[in-house]
Amino acid sequence: MTSVTPDSFSSAPPDVVALGPVPWAKKNLFSDWFNSLLTLVIAGIFSWGMIRLVSWALTTAQWEVIPNNFGLFMTGTFPINLYPRIWALLAIVCGLAGLSWGVLGRNLSTLFSRNVLIGFGVACAFMVLFPPTRPSSLILLPIVALVAGTAAAGRQIGRKFPGVGKWISLAWFLSYFVALWLIGGGLGLTKVSTNDWGGLLLTLFTAVSGIALCFPLGLLLALGRRSALPIVRGLSTLYIEIVRGVPLVAVLFMGQVMIPLFLPLGSRPDRILRAIIALALFSAAYLAENVRAGLQAVPRGQQEAAMSLGLNTPTTLGLIILPQALKIAIPAIVGQFISLFQDTTLLSIVGLAELLGIGKSILANPSYLGRYAEVYLFLAVIYWFFCYAMSLGSRKIEEKLNTDN
Amino acid sequence: MTQFQTEQSSAHHTGMEPVIVARDVEKWYDNGFHVLKGVSMTVYKGEVLVVMGPSGSGKSTFIRTFNALEPYQKGSIEVDGTVISHDLKDIEAIRREVGMVFQQFNLFPHLTVLQNVTLAPIWVRRWPKAKAQEVAMQLLERVGILEQAHKFPGQLSGGQQQRVAIARSLAMQPKVMLFDEPTSALDPEMVREVLDVMRSLADSGMTMVCVTHEVGFAREVADRVVLMDGGYLVEENTPQDFFSNPREDRTQKFLSQIL
Repeated sequence: MTSVTPDSFSSAPPDVVALGPVPWAKKNLFSDWFNSLLTLVIAGIFSWGMIRLVSWALTTAQWEVIPNNFGLFMTGTFPINLYPRIWALLAIVCGLAGLSWGVLGRNLSTLFSRNVLIGFGVACAFMVLFPPTRPSSLILLPIVALVAGTAAAGRQIGRKFPGVGKWISLAWFLSYFVALWLIGGGLGLTKVSTNDWGGLLLTLFTAVSGIALCFPLGLLLALGRRSALPIVRGLSTLYIEIVRGVPLVAVLFMGQVMIPLFLPLGSRPDRILRAIIALALFSAAYLAENVRAGLQAVPRGQQEAAMSLGLNTPTTLGLIILPQALKIAIPAIVGQFISLFQDTTLLSIVGLAELLGIGKSILANPSYLGRYAEVYLFLAVIYWFFCYAMSLGSRKIEEKLNTDN
Repeated sequence: MTQFQTEQSSAHHTGMEPVIVARDVEKWYDNGFHVLKGVSMTVYKGEVLVVMGPSGSGKSTFIRTFNALEPYQKGSIEVDGTVISHDLKDIEAIRREVGMVFQQFNLFPHLTVLQNVTLAPIWVRRWPKAKAQEVAMQLLERVGILEQAHKFPGQLSGGQQQRVAIARSLAMQPKVMLFDEPTSALDPEMVREVLDVMRSLADSGMTMVCVTHEVGFAREVADRVVLMDGGYLVEENTPQDFFSNPREDRTQKFLSQIL
């Protein structure tokens, strides 16, 4: 006891010395001969790969396949004279995204943190410098301006009216139907047959619809599987286990062939609608298990406390159990959404011209024979961008909902 | 025999209004274990009743039958004139009048302290938000947590959380409060702040049933102390006699183990 020096009682934390780059590398990369060897080998392999990739991208690769077919990649065979409708849709989505970002980040000291600005800068530079995307940089700059402007506006609005969040949710909800109207036409706009919906537009539309549909369905199935009523529980379990035992491709084909059988003769729902239903029905089974895991992770005491206060079952579920269960399940749920997004690539198998399908049909064009690497790399970057955005969003939501310490 | 004792000892409660009347309550767990073997007990208005007993004696299970957190199979429990049956409406009505404080606090971690306390008055009593918040702030002041009203439970110490849990139950203005080992999960230095709140609650005339191992609290605050063991109510006595001059050998043995 007495041998403890007074120094160790000092209340200040020990000084953390920021290491310069050379000492840092010495400590972390070259601490002994084995680490040094590993560092050199890995750095060698990595830089060799990067050099090969970059030199290929800048010299050998023939990128003209991307700009020449940019419209096809983005919207499929959507009529070119109706492109203003797509611009309007893009403006609405970007404006709403900026607004939401501003409102959610209204209490941060800076809206545009250094990382965000660097990310923006890198993305812009990439778009302008990289040949295949250069033509679209004309669109990019207005989009960046729109997002930044609405974000700044959203910050002001959010500070003035703290309750604006639910209106933004409502706006997102309504924007879905506006999008449907802008894409499909009707109500005064020229109709566009769903055969002409394609490319990234179709990928995003089916993914968003599938996610919006599978979430409530999955929630109900999860609650059903934990229900006290044996029939509800049995049916939910049966559904989940059957769907999880069937590959998605089979579900998609069944959706194309079997959904019309259950409906009155003559009312043949659209191919895209059938695909969305099949995707949602499939993902809902997996989502239900994610939600169930969340439900089971909420301690039993929470329900007992709510019941002992006199709360009835629906209120207990809605105010106490589900908010906690969903918060626990966010990473798994977003993982399922990301899977669903990637699963839209299978729609090309049932004949829908979504992003990957368009890529394949462009590759079948004799003038672009053998441009596999260019096209698939381009598609990979697009898929990566959206999946990473979702995963980033889920992390932000988790941080926001964290109420420990 | 236990019932005989109950009726005998309730003689000096004549004229007092019973809040909870349990008669020959029997309960089996789903696995067949016979946890309550015919327990009878009456709780009178304004009294503090302490339930003691070794672990596994059924004491927690017994008080959890008072607000139907645990169903029972035989006998009857009447709370404030209503018999606990399978009727969900009756059960919800009873739960509104019976507050419960748990060993593990069971605060709602996704809600602030203030939201924890106002939740039930707003959603069950249908009070306007302003009234619920006013009452909640008074209660939080009473338990000494006023400054933490806008923090989340995870940011408070165990003792503070348990005091919030007491305020949360009191916000429903219950007729009786059940305490299920309220200090057992606390670090030793926090036990006292919770017992002080319970003591002042007893002084204010609240009817309380406490399952606890705190002998000091039982001695000073309780009007009656009962011992449960093996699913039976073994002894019911005044605190003085219970601790100094117990009637039953089993009580003697239990006291020798904990004192």
